[in-house]
Amino acid sequence: MKYKEKILAMLDQDGRMTAAQIARMLGATEQEIQQEIETLENENVILGYKAVIDWDKTSDETVTAQIEVRITPQKGMGFDEIARQICSYPQVQSAYLMSGGFDLTIIITGHTMREISQFVSENLAPMESVVSTATHFIMKKYKDQGVVYDPSTQDTREVMITW
Amino acid sequence: MVNYSELYSERVKIVKPSGIRKFFDIVATMDGAISLGVGEPDFETPWQIRRAGITSLEKGKTFYTSNWGLAELRAEIANKIEQKHGLSYDPDKEILVTVGGSEAIDNTIRAFVSVGDEVLIPEPSFVCYTPLTIMAGGTPVTVPTVAEDEFKLTPERLRAAITPKTKLLVLPFPNNPTGAIMNRKELEAIAEVIRDTNILVLSDEIYCDLTYEGEHVCFAEIDGMRERTIVVGGFSKSYAMTGWRLGWAMGPREMMAPVCKIHQFGIMSAPTTAQFAGIEAIRSGDADVNRMRTQYDMRRRYLVEELRNMGLDCFEPMGAFYVFPSIKDTKMTSEEFCNRLLEEQKVAVVPGNAFGESGEGHVRISYSYSMAHLKEAMRRMRAFLESIKN
Ligand SMILES: Cc1ncc(COP(=O)(O)O)c(C=O)c1O
Repeated sequence: MKYKEKILAMLDQDGRMTAAQIARMLGATEQEIQQEIETLENENVILGYKAVIDWDKTSDETVTAQIEVRITPQKGMGFDEIARQICSYPQVQSAYLMSGGFDLTIIITGHTMREISQFVSENLAPMESVVSTATHFIMKKYKDQGVVYDPSTQDTREVMITW
Repeated sequence: MVNYSELYSERVKIVKPSGIRKFFDIVATMDGAISLGVGEPDFETPWQIRRAGITSLEKGKTFYTSNWGLAELRAEIANKIEQKHGLSYDPDKEILVTVGGSEAIDNTIRAFVSVGDEVLIPEPSFVCYTPLTIMAGGTPVTVPTVAEDEFKLTPERLRAAITPKTKLLVLPFPNNPTGAIMNRKELEAIAEVIRDTNILVLSDEIYCDLTYEGEHVCFAEIDGMRERTIVVGGFSKSYAMTGWRLGWAMGPREMMAPVCKIHQFGIMSAPTTAQFAGIEAIRSGDADVNRMRTQYDMRRRYLVEELRNMGLDCFEPMGAFYVFPSIKDTKMTSEEFCNRLLEEQKVAVVPGNAFGESGEGHVRISYSYSMAHLKEAMRRMRAFLESIKN
């Protein structure tokens, strides 16, 4: 795939870019790009496309928390299996296996803090292999997935060719 | 009451104001207007370069440097030129660090142009050469370049412009505003025309790192040209360092002596903080230059395609960060087009005649803007072109 890296970098920046636009910017044909994107999707290199949303600007209250989880793997149940179980909850946004002092980081969203505490106490903590959890609520987002919240878009450059 | 305008020097008075200032003053106050007018990178200076400037301040490097500039910086410039072009310049007396390429251009013109001397200036081109020539007492002589020649300087047009009074030829490639470049063969043809004359060359290669096809050729690489050429280089465009005000002039010792003479009285030395940042830029900035060039290149392709799809005749620029489409099919002058585009769709582009009469019938569009910005601007421009068709 001739354009793989470039396509991925461009879609990483702007997932709405069309094959036609990418083709133009790379000097390729639309068909070539379309084919490569399809291959990348089929190979699960590209897993999906999402909008980055500042929920605080909507009437939709959301609370996000980061949960550190310690785990003792059980017989026949390694980290992957436990993580997979945790991932099956739709409110879990991200789950990562960590190096260092704990095992999993889970990012979870809900409408209220209570909803999240409930999830921890009723769903997460009771799991047999979970040894402990530590929940940190996110107070403000400055940047997410490479996108700056409330960017100062003011372009202060001046046209200098005047006299 | 002092009548100031009577007191202005004759040379300053000859340089007439252009209407462009007014045009962009309107843009600045217009709600929702978007500009494609600026001629500097939209990227911030790469962090490690900024850090080097800060570190120099922390270490108390707050003094003048030598007139020629920091020895370490000149050595880096010499290195870069040696590696890129196989040219050897003595950092001691052949490279002068200046306040941007601008100062290098001004000093070079002033160092060689006497009253009555003619300076050949290919146009369309960057706006400074003509006023600086006039203010040095010289006579600017325009050499037009046209879209049919891909805005390159042709030996025929050059030959036709040469007179016994010709002192200096300005070579402004890669070109602002057309994006034209000159390859080795084309530069050799120019060299043939001046080889047996005493004509000197000011080669403004400030955009040398921003070319999109083939490697940039320095005019001093052409056989016999090093001895008569001052090459102007800089940090502004390559490393996104416009505000630092740092550039250089480079040429044979005998040509650099008078250039430095003007510099030492008029400037003393280029900003010290900027010079320390410049050292870091050359040492570690290559990856950043590549990253930015890749972005510019994608925007360039996008714009050329968009503009052509709108039905505008658009020469494919190969350097710098401008496209220079023809708007002749709209039957409007450049200024009419720009005024109406601003009024009707609130997009500001620069009329081509701002860069010389031969730029009439074109507009300059800068792509030193984010893709999102460019997309919105192209949407509006398309709407404008469709509305004038009906
Ligand atoms: C062709 C050309 N030469 C020189 C300059 C001046 O650059 P500097 O910032 O190095 O003074 C510019 C800036 O726009 C330019 O376009």
